[in-house]
Amino acid sequence: MIGALQRLVNEDPALLRRGRWTSADMLLEIGDEGHVVAIRSGRIKAIPPVEMRVSRWDSAIRGTAEAWAEFWKPVPKPRHHDLIALIREGKMRFEGDLDMLMANLLYLKLVLEAPRRGAAA
Amino acid sequence: MQLDIHGRPHRLYWEEAGSGIPLLCLHTAGADGRQFRALLNDSEITGRFRVVVFDMPWHGKSSPPEGWEREEYKLTTDAYVEQIVTVAQALGLDRPVAMGCSIGGRVVLELARRHPDLFRAVIGLQSSAFVQRYFDISYLHKPNVHGGEVCAAYCYGLVGPEAPAGHRWETLWHYMQGGPGVFMGDLHFYSIDGDVSDRLAEIDASRCPVYMLTGEYDYSCTPEASRATAAQIPGAELTVMQGLGHFPMSEDPARFRGYLMPVLERIAAMP
Repeated sequence: MIGALQRLVNEDPALLRRGRWTSADMLLEIGDEGHVVAIRSGRIKAIPPVEMRVSRWDSAIRGTAEAWAEFWKPVPKPRHHDLIALIREGKMRFEGDLDMLMANLLYLKLVLEAPRRGAAA
Repeated sequence: MQLDIHGRPHRLYWEEAGSGIPLLCLHTAGADGRQFRALLNDSEITGRFRVVVFDMPWHGKSSPPEGWEREEYKLTTDAYVEQIVTVAQALGLDRPVAMGCSIGGRVVLELARRHPDLFRAVIGLQSSAFVQRYFDISYLHKPNVHGGEVCAAYCYGLVGPEAPAGHRWETLWHYMQGGPGVFMGDLHFYSIDGDVSDRLAEIDASRCPVYMLTGEYDYSCTPEASRATAAQIPGAELTVMQGLGHFPMSEDPARFRGYLMPVLERIAAMP
């Protein structure tokens, strides 16, 4: 799923326009794995895997492997279809620069949902 | 219309269509009456119901009261109940059905408790006695975060995942247009002031029938929360709506209609 994220975002002109003011290094934690999604003006520049014990990022979205697997299904089950829903379920966390996460929340939700649309296609 | 609410003059906007049994519709927190656009345009409903929708003070095309610039908007139970009763009286609605969603779904329980003789029935959409705060909502009104964008982002996932795109984004557009701090002020009622948990037993559904409809994808007012609430109101009837989220009448009007019509049929058949 994470492999397709860069292409799905960078090929979506509406998403690039929505994120045109967004630049940040966002740690995406999927269970035991970490990736830093390097966003520059809405475009994903790279998604390198990181050693989570020593890593640098602006904001982090941390979720259990099970939470992301369900979130990325074409139609997730109730209470697993949204980042804030998963936070309420105790299966996801926002950390770091929260102002960045909240100011760009709609863009970030659409970015992180892109693999769902990719799975359905 | 010009109305005194809580002793202060207000200018309120309302829309209506149809004739028959008055059906007073209450929109969700941070939105406005456009959420009921499909109902107002449904001839099968307006043929038998006078559908009335008003924008709450501070919302939609209704104004905040004079002096608003020096106060923080925070919705309370008393103010909410009073504005609904005042509007119903001003429009000459004879024992209307009150149908509200989210904060509106909550307040109809309070209407049934306080005013069972003023309302012939209530319909609570996404209705429960209380919802604990589960997120830092101060971000809904901060100068470095665009209020319209973040309110819509917050509500984006409260829409069911299979809602038609047009209706999803129209629902979110209403949120993008809300005034600064208004959604947050409504949530004061939703998660602080409007807890009716210990007053549910005082609702007499034999005097004022209570119907509840809750979308299965709502993670704010969950089906479990509605079930727990319905279980404490003798005679209340709950139906969980498959596939729908927190804004059933706005996010997927066609699917919602399938659940609403049987309730309206039963209300129309009441003596």
